[in-house]
Amino acid sequence: MGSPSTSAIPAGSNSAEALRFSDVWIGFDEGPILRGLSFSIQTGETLVLLGETGTGKTLALKLAAGLLRPDAGTVRALGQDISAKSERELLQFRRQVGFVFQEGALFDSLTVGENVAYRLEEDGVPADEIEPRVREVLRFVELEHTGEQLPSELSGGMRRRVSIARALIGRPPIVLYDSPTAGLDPITSQTIITLILRLRDVYHVTSVLATHRLQDGFALANFHFDPKARTVRRGASNDKTKPAVTRFLVLRDGRIYFEGSPEDMLNTKDRYLQRFLI
Amino acid sequence: MPETPLQVTHRQSDDAGTPTVVEVLTDAAKHSVLQVQDYAKLSYHSVLDLFTPPRYGQDTIQQMDDIGVGSLPIVLLSGFFIGAVMVLQTGAQFQRFGQVSLTGDIVSLALVRELGPSITGLLVAGRCSSGIASELGSMLVTEQVDAMRAMGTDPGRKLVSPRVLASLVVVPLLTTISVFIGLVGGMVASVFSLRLSATTFWQRAIAILVFSDLMQGFTKSVVFAFILSTVGCYQGLNVRGGTQGVGRATTQAVVVSSVLIIVADTFLTRLALFLADKL
Repeated sequence: MGSPSTSAIPAGSNSAEALRFSDVWIGFDEGPILRGLSFSIQTGETLVLLGETGTGKTLALKLAAGLLRPDAGTVRALGQDISAKSERELLQFRRQVGFVFQEGALFDSLTVGENVAYRLEEDGVPADEIEPRVREVLRFVELEHTGEQLPSELSGGMRRRVSIARALIGRPPIVLYDSPTAGLDPITSQTIITLILRLRDVYHVTSVLATHRLQDGFALANFHFDPKARTVRRGASNDKTKPAVTRFLVLRDGRIYFEGSPEDMLNTKDRYLQRFLI
Repeated sequence: MPETPLQVTHRQSDDAGTPTVVEVLTDAAKHSVLQVQDYAKLSYHSVLDLFTPPRYGQDTIQQMDDIGVGSLPIVLLSGFFIGAVMVLQTGAQFQRFGQVSLTGDIVSLALVRELGPSITGLLVAGRCSSGIASELGSMLVTEQVDAMRAMGTDPGRKLVSPRVLASLVVVPLLTTISVFIGLVGGMVASVFSLRLSATTFWQRAIAILVFSDLMQGFTKSVVFAFILSTVGCYQGLNVRGGTQGVGRATTQAVVVSSVLIIVADTFLTRLALFLADKL
């Protein structure tokens, strides 16, 4: 496993606030799903979005990526009000955001290499520049050997890793993970979480992790990736210039039920929150 | 709130009680109007996007291969036998009046004006409209379309416009081939069934045609190509309900595009006859 070169470091945002939801509402035929959601994330911070199935975690991520528009309220990301942008403007904005879909959402008619290279080819990057960058991010997710394979030939965990590689290739300052460990065995889940840690601690990207697995959130809060030793270590990062802050936000019935630090979450006396801890 | 061309328009209902019959009918009418509106928007953008970058030439060529080359065998086979059966049906009537030589005229006119475009349109709709709907529908339910949007690609430009352009190019070509093969089938049937010489058949078949006949057939094939491709794309990008929804969309694509082709054929024929009288 090689250490990623500095060339792949995502472009960081100058704005201290990476993402802000202000009284965001969205609903469908069955009624409102998110009801007045308000929160913000600072650049470099990690937000763990917890909640039961159907509480609107994925919707919140899609709103943050500009894939959906709120019925009311505003979403600001990377210093831009994305809820007021046209679809054409949003296409440009989304190039600055990495999105890891729950099932990977890889293009099944393209090879792994083509999937990862997709964004660069869309941007018109010269072919001789694409190949080394694809190899670099595939090496980062430890799947360099799968470049010629089709997604259907990979396991579920490998597909998620390719999805992370695809999100990473555009060097985004913010990455949104939609239940990246859902349906995976504990060992593969650990591999995915390690990748998210590496991405956070090596590239210093702002991360939003939607999940219903509390252990994923605590893994991000209690561990860090040491780039020099190339291993995951317990405790906070040694990089004092860019400390990785992890916060928890629990959604219930489309509203924020809890917002706080991992310690607050761990020491909670709330019966509902304690159900996540079991 | 403005919506994207491919984003579903969501309605929010506050009524919790049982809806009345009037409300159900009103909702159904609104839903139908909404579908027509969404289809019109998709069709409009599919054409508009052809004139502005980015364009996806490679995807268009790939679709031409899939729609054009892939449909060639069924178009050739059906074209040949439709030409032959037309001769068998009409020749028997002409024999009663001793006007067998007119067979070439009637087969040629019917194939160029009507049967060539409509049969080709229906066959390609059955094969490709369903294929487009199932492909795009599968991409939608597996979030590949969202992934595309998340990476800054407009699915309308990437998925819809290349399919529409490819259809607009290859369906008229397929229609031309179908007409020619139909005439070959008619000639074979004439020679062996009616003892009509091949030369007479071809001479009559070509001489009867005028420019407006060719234009009528060409216009129809272009319109049918547009219908089958846009309906397939619309159904595919509006799938609801997972894989079961993909199946429904596939069926709907064939049904809707076939019906629209037949309806459009009637109006285009009337228009062509009107213009032929005027010009």
